[in-house]
Amino acid sequence: MSEPIIRFEKVNKWYGNDFHVLRDIDLNVAKGERIVICGPSGSGKSTLIRCINRLEEHQEGRLIVDGVELTDDIRSIDQVRKEVGMVFQQFNLFPHLTVLENLTLSPMWVGKVPKKEAEERAMVQLQRVRIAEQAGKYPLQLSGGQQQRVAIARALCLTPKIMLFDEPTSALDPEMIKEVLDVMIELANQGITMICVTHEMGFAKAVADRVIFMDRGQIVEQNTPHEFFNNPQNERSRDFLSKILGH
Amino acid sequence: MSTHPTPPKRNWSLNNRATRGLIFQALALIFIAAGVWFLAHNTQENMRIRGIQSGFDFLGASAGFDIGETLITYDPSQSYGKAIWVGVLNTLKVAVAGIILTTVLGVLLGVGRFSRNALVRGLCYAYVEVFRNVPILLQLLMWYLVFIEVLPASNEAISLSGLFFLSKGGFSFPFPETGMTQVMAGACLGIVAGALWRKRTRQRFEATGHLGDMRWTPLALIAAFAVAGWVVAGMPMKWSVPEQLAFMVEGGVSATPEFMAILIGLTIYTAAFVAEVVRGGIQSVSRGQDEAAAALGLNQSQKMNLVILPQAMRVIIPPLTNQYLNLTKNSSLAVAVGYPDVVSIANTTINQSGRAVECIAIIMLVYLTTSLSTSAFMNWYNQRMAIKER
Amino acid sequence: MADTFQPIAARPSPVRTTGLVPWVKRNLFADWRSAVTTVIMALIAAYALPRLLNWAVFQSVFAADADACQAARGSGACWGVVTEKYRIILFGRYPFEEQWRPLLATVLMVGGLVLSCMRAFWKPWLVLMWAGILAAFFSLMSGGMLGLTPVRTDVWGGLPLTVMLATLSIFMAFPIAIVVALGRRSHLPAIRSACIVYIELIRGVPLISVLFMASFMFPLFMPQGVTLDVLVRVIAGITLFAAAYMAEIVRGGLQAVPKGQLEAAATLGLSYWQTQVKIVLPQALAMVVPSMMNNFISIFKDTSLVTIVSLYELTGALALALNSDVNWRPFKIEAYLFITLVYFIFCFSMSRYSLWVEKQLSASKAR
Repeated sequence: MSEPIIRFEKVNKWYGNDFHVLRDIDLNVAKGERIVICGPSGSGKSTLIRCINRLEEHQEGRLIVDGVELTDDIRSIDQVRKEVGMVFQQFNLFPHLTVLENLTLSPMWVGKVPKKEAEERAMVQLQRVRIAEQAGKYPLQLSGGQQQRVAIARALCLTPKIMLFDEPTSALDPEMIKEVLDVMIELANQGITMICVTHEMGFAKAVADRVIFMDRGQIVEQNTPHEFFNNPQNERSRDFLSKILGH
Repeated sequence: MSTHPTPPKRNWSLNNRATRGLIFQALALIFIAAGVWFLAHNTQENMRIRGIQSGFDFLGASAGFDIGETLITYDPSQSYGKAIWVGVLNTLKVAVAGIILTTVLGVLLGVGRFSRNALVRGLCYAYVEVFRNVPILLQLLMWYLVFIEVLPASNEAISLSGLFFLSKGGFSFPFPETGMTQVMAGACLGIVAGALWRKRTRQRFEATGHLGDMRWTPLALIAAFAVAGWVVAGMPMKWSVPEQLAFMVEGGVSATPEFMAILIGLTIYTAAFVAEVVRGGIQSVSRGQDEAAAALGLNQSQKMNLVILPQAMRVIIPPLTNQYLNLTKNSSLAVAVGYPDVVSIANTTINQSGRAVECIAIIMLVYLTTSLSTSAFMNWYNQRMAIKER
Repeated sequence: MADTFQPIAARPSPVRTTGLVPWVKRNLFADWRSAVTTVIMALIAAYALPRLLNWAVFQSVFAADADACQAARGSGACWGVVTEKYRIILFGRYPFEEQWRPLLATVLMVGGLVLSCMRAFWKPWLVLMWAGILAAFFSLMSGGMLGLTPVRTDVWGGLPLTVMLATLSIFMAFPIAIVVALGRRSHLPAIRSACIVYIELIRGVPLISVLFMASFMFPLFMPQGVTLDVLVRVIAGITLFAAAYMAEIVRGGLQAVPKGQLEAAATLGLSYWQTQVKIVLPQALAMVVPSMMNNFISIFKDTSLVTIVSLYELTGALALALNSDVNWRPFKIEAYLFITLVYFIFCFSMSRYSLWVEKQLSASKAR
């Protein structure tokens, strides 16, 4: 088996002195694997994926992303961020720039790509998320679902090896969730490594190679979706599933 | 049979909203007109009884008083109109200088509130709280007192390296005797050259992805053109240097204690408010923007320049302009420290000519013009820069 | 992976983040720039603070002794000027023996203000209480009744004048501001234009020009035989000035009331005035309390300008106390610092209150 693209080795993280938010996380993610992380709020799922691109720092343990160990060294952080794309719950598009400018910002200023080429690549990504006709609009002129698709395209412009999704549909109105999930499913089928924190169990069933259930900072259970949803091994997982699948 | 709906007949009943509106407005207008007539009639009567004349003809009469500092040539034989114009220029002088200094100090203080160092943060906070909560007039009077009483007399001024002198007579500094106009003109050309360079560098960046120098070359260009201006002026080397004489300091260019008092007082007071405006602007940009920029790999200065500052500026500019207007209006307090601004000179004019109404009208007109033009500019700017929404 | 799950107990972080040493490390010595700044500032403080304390406290003269003050000139502060002159500074030219009256009047006024800030007192009878306080204030100050000797208004001065000018102007400006704000939003063009002209005119000119106008022009506006007390003129001027700024604040509040409120009121059959008074204004005014407080603080500071039209409030009374007294005139700085402290205490407390109100409002909005 080839080297995992993400490796957590006994990673521990605290907020302040006493809030032990990640406890002894051991996790290996293979290249091209698609992972869904679920669990109650406060379980540390967002914190875990935010450690991968160093938006959060871990205090103990080792975290290695695509062969680069994440430490305080700025160069390692910059290297990792070029390989990892992130989509936020609140979209976080830059409201003072057009959709196209949002997408070309990083390639031009970080990737040193000429403007014309950056714009061509951006249009390709916009077409991939099926929103190419909105390229000249400003983010606040678009609906929530459109904004999130633009955010996905913006992350893809870096041609990342890993895509992180932090509850991408939680801030959307119900009728817009489907358009974003469809884009994510297409992406998943194109071979990119994906880690997605979400409550959308239908997406997990359709696409995930592995479902990880976290509670109170620990990985409680991980299994294929089929096994996890039909045959949860742990009482906490059963409890959680009954709550979210119950209604 | 055609069925057009009959056009609604104009309903003049008192229950109709439109009718009531018209009646209400008519009543209000009559009330206002009656009030204005009442005041005007009384004013005319009173002025007739007291023998006060009206009209703006007094502006041509000779002023008969001297003015402490003037930007243009003036002597007491010239007209009241000229004297008031001198006042307007003095107001502009302190307003422009004050606005520049306040912006620099205020931005430093506002950004300092976010410093990593707790001492810097605390100092900025203390500065803002102390200088915001004391009346500006009191601060001006105290600064004036410092200049008038704390500083030594002109015959033994404090000197810094023999070139700068500070005393009750003011602050004197060396200044080139000739050639400054050419140097300034050169510097202006340099600014234009710098802007063109930046434009070309930007175009090259967009074409090739390679970012050239955006900061040092334009500055070097400004310096080079300023030097060129100096050469064109014949390379004058003569500077007017202040010198301590028996009774005073002579030479160089001096700023009077009145000007120093009002400039420093206004700057220090208004900077506290500007600091709060800047702080509010930076805080208004949500943390998510910061994180998204970091996730995209932008470094600290790119994050600031491309994402945070453009959004912060939109929040900062309107209240900032308000503070500039406040500074200009507060400069009217110059009358308390003896600086001859337009209010001070108009006050003297009222005392001498008795034309209170006309002079007050002139003062209000001067300030109103400034305020309204700034508001108009601000509205235009806001519309242009507004973040476009649905 | 179907093995049994072992829960891991929480343990404390190996890296301490709270406590004195981590705080110092993070806030004073985070990187080399921060460390250098801390060291430089500590050095400056070590140099300046002892000297400042020496001048202000240890070598200063507290007794009202002009000679001792002269002797200590340059090395010690002369707080004796405050000890000697504080009654003139605080009360102006008010007759010396009667100064308990302005003191009592000020205490009443300030007490009323403090009570008005407390939520428990926001009831309709607050207006009655204020009517009582104002009546008490003016009868105490001007006398002529209940056996109190009459005192002319042009000798009123000092702190009571400052507090009274600010409070009275704000009170009278309030209803004017509400009317003008409503008028500014009216659909009737004549009313709207009149209000816009008033607001833009007053906001575009400095207070001092409005005071000049009040001082020089208001007497001309009066019909013959009617003279205007200087105090009345100044209060009218400050009121007009304050009303324009408050109108803009109230307008902001009116704009922030959601349109749905007006629509709901309309469906319930309420008239324009009923809607404004019962539904819109209560919500709008509650929203703008912090801005109103800031405006009050500004007006309080601006009362110092009446010195220029010869009313001797706090700042003016100081000039009065010292300009004519040769013995104490060199020590004006210490006297200025004294009234700086008085203003600072008032304004800082008001701004803290305003922040507290803001927090209360946002807490009640967040669910």
